[in-house]
Amino acid sequence: MCLAVPGRILEAEEYDGSRIAKVQFGGITRPVLLNFVPEAQVGDYVVVHVGFAISRLDAAEAERTFQLLEEMGLLEGELAGSEGPP
Amino acid sequence: MKYIDEYRDEHLVQALAAQIARKITRSWSLMEICGGQTHTIMRYGLDELLPEGIRLVHGPGCPVCVTPLETVDQAIAIASLPGVTFVSYGDMLRVPGTSLDLLRVKADGGDVRMVYSPMEALKLARARPDRKVVFFGIGFETTAPANAMAVWQARRENLDHFSMLASHVLVPPAIRLLLGGPHNQVQGFIAPGHVCTIMGYRQYEAISRDFHVPIVVGGFEPVDLLEAVFMLVAQLEEGRAEVENQYVRSVSYEGNLPAQRLVESVFEVSDRKWRGMGVIPQSGLRLREEFAAYDAERVFPASHLTVAEPPECISADVLQGLKRPTECPVFGGRCTPENPMGALMVSAEGACAAYYRYRRHSAQSAKQKGAA
Amino acid sequence: MTACPLPLPAGDRVLLGHGSGGKLSADLLRDVFLAAFRNPVLARLDDQAIVSINGLRLAFTTDSFVVKPLFFPGGDIGSLAVHGTVNDLAMGGAQPLYLSAAFIIEEGLPISVLRRVVASLQEAAAGAGVTVVTGDTKVVEKGSGDGLFINTTGLGVVADTVRLSADQARPGDRVLLSGPIGDHGIAILAQREGLEFEGSIASDSAPLHTLVAAMLAASRDIRCLRDPTRGGLSSTLNEFAAQAQVGIEIDERAIPVREAVRGACELLGLDPLYVANEGKLVAVVAPGAAERVLAAMRGHPLGREAALIGTVTAVHPRLVTMRTVVGPTRIVDMLSGDQLPRIC
Repeated sequence: MCLAVPGRILEAEEYDGSRIAKVQFGGITRPVLLNFVPEAQVGDYVVVHVGFAISRLDAAEAERTFQLLEEMGLLEGELAGSEGPP
Repeated sequence: MKYIDEYRDEHLVQALAAQIARKITRSWSLMEICGGQTHTIMRYGLDELLPEGIRLVHGPGCPVCVTPLETVDQAIAIASLPGVTFVSYGDMLRVPGTSLDLLRVKADGGDVRMVYSPMEALKLARARPDRKVVFFGIGFETTAPANAMAVWQARRENLDHFSMLASHVLVPPAIRLLLGGPHNQVQGFIAPGHVCTIMGYRQYEAISRDFHVPIVVGGFEPVDLLEAVFMLVAQLEEGRAEVENQYVRSVSYEGNLPAQRLVESVFEVSDRKWRGMGVIPQSGLRLREEFAAYDAERVFPASHLTVAEPPECISADVLQGLKRPTECPVFGGRCTPENPMGALMVSAEGACAAYYRYRRHSAQSAKQKGAA
Repeated sequence: MTACPLPLPAGDRVLLGHGSGGKLSADLLRDVFLAAFRNPVLARLDDQAIVSINGLRLAFTTDSFVVKPLFFPGGDIGSLAVHGTVNDLAMGGAQPLYLSAAFIIEEGLPISVLRRVVASLQEAAAGAGVTVVTGDTKVVEKGSGDGLFINTTGLGVVADTVRLSADQARPGDRVLLSGPIGDHGIAILAQREGLEFEGSIASDSAPLHTLVAAMLAASRDIRCLRDPTRGGLSSTLNEFAAQAQVGIEIDERAIPVREAVRGACELLGLDPLYVANEGKLVAVVAPGAAERVLAAMRGHPLGREAALIGTVTAVHPRLVTMRTVVGPTRIVDMLSGDQLPRIC
């Protein structure tokens, strides 16, 4: 239901009561409203849906998930030969 | 792309699939509610990686698919009026009403526009004070804050020629309906990660308790979905029924509070008809009285006709997970994406369209490529 | 809604989707045009007709250009009108020689705009080594056109030894792609009102006949060539599969896509396989020739990022399948209409 895509905040400015960020998705950027993620800062990754950031991605949590997954896979010998996540 | 590519890692996906196969001792029926997740499963062929015991049932989580025919007809009627600029997300343009779709209204000279964000509809309204600009605000909880912002902002700027035709639905009441149904076969749910990004997952705890069913909040990439399946299987095999969060990087327990507050101030909960499922009590959002001037349903009054679905279409059963699209007598024959009889065939996210696009010859393709 | 129901079906109307290069386009071609014009040359359904006159093999093709906006990063309607037609000739292995250019102009178009387009068209023609030798101008009332439409017709000669046609693909053949897909479609989309995204995305619009010449010099075992324009890579592969009655298997990991195109596609929920290109080609070549042809492509400036993306198979005739990045295989269908950005 709801296509939302992570992108990185390159810059942000106040305009008419809203914070508007320039957010990078791969090789493009587009303006994104930060009204719902007041805590987001330049350099953060946000999940964007229809032009609004709906969450600030938790880098530590993402990392931890990967460690768990990798341990799980490696313990089972499934990840042998894989470079693992970047 | 960071936070995307690593979740499409082949080794990790294969490792997770192997883990699931190892964990499973009997068969389980799991439902992903969200159409975006259905799309990922079909797009990457994840169902082919899962052991035979896992049956994935595709739920009603596509706002385009569940928007009732009456509302689509109403949108078409408004869009056909002179002086109206009708603005919609791309998804809705091809959804058939009783006799037309919005693209055909455009072909007949109607001013129908497509936008990516509701704020672009607002921008159009600012630029064209001479037109009645109507935005088709569809969506689940994820889209509600953005659509609410457009209406809130329109009132703030006194853009009285702007209005929204709102068709907003809520996930938890639909899950309750499905689980309480006499034919329910679903034993575990993947809860929609972006809905929960907004709403958190407190509401799902009560559902899990009431129906003794495990629920895992899941993300949208292949690794996310397989991890969510793994977590569900683990719960089921161990006899647990809890709410767990796989999509931790985006979803918190409380959800997005600023977004929830805005939705609360603009919308109120109401009964809502779902295409294929009927009226579900307290399962939708409508604009509050204070925003009546921006409510297209009140600005363009309509006599509410009840419209019958084509009798052959089994969307209702598919939406409830009772049947697969391929069990439909008209699937791929009289009903195709070019000539859809039901909404599930028209939206890219609809289960029927996903099966048609990616799986029509699945037996064939699985046979010849499975080992490669 | 008023009390009376809306007037009934518009299924008999031409929709924008009929021009998208997907299934609706194919239906229109079959039901309206082929039904009327049926003849053996047309029945090949290649991008160009090849006819013999007094022993000389002539390649003949026509194309109309209706791009909006008229000017976009990487080109404009003038250069596109040359490249599109030159490429249709080149895909038949022809040396392009002459072009006609017809302009359908909407009343009110600034002469300065027309001048810019014509200058660009001339520059592109000179760059591609073709001469504009005839033309036409029509002006339509304001509202009857969209600024400017251009039609070009191209004429070229084909060497006797060259026989390229989509129906020649055989099981075991390799499928080559000349570079990253989707640049043109995304460059145009980025200009569209209501989408507002920015990035270094330029159209790939370019004349491909010298690339084709380099490939033909490397090997004669090239079965067919086509430029995946409207409808994208998926439409071209499906056309090959249908015309040669073969299956095609591609590998998602092998298909080059630029970061800008990827980003735009992720954001808008689009699939790059369906996005238009104006300077790429797909080649089906005999297995033994694949390496040589690929090397020749990579040695040409327009084929530097060429890749081997798949093979032709007898297993599932008329069907294109793709091994996805995570392993399983799925169908790559032809799109029914235009790809629309989605929110869900």
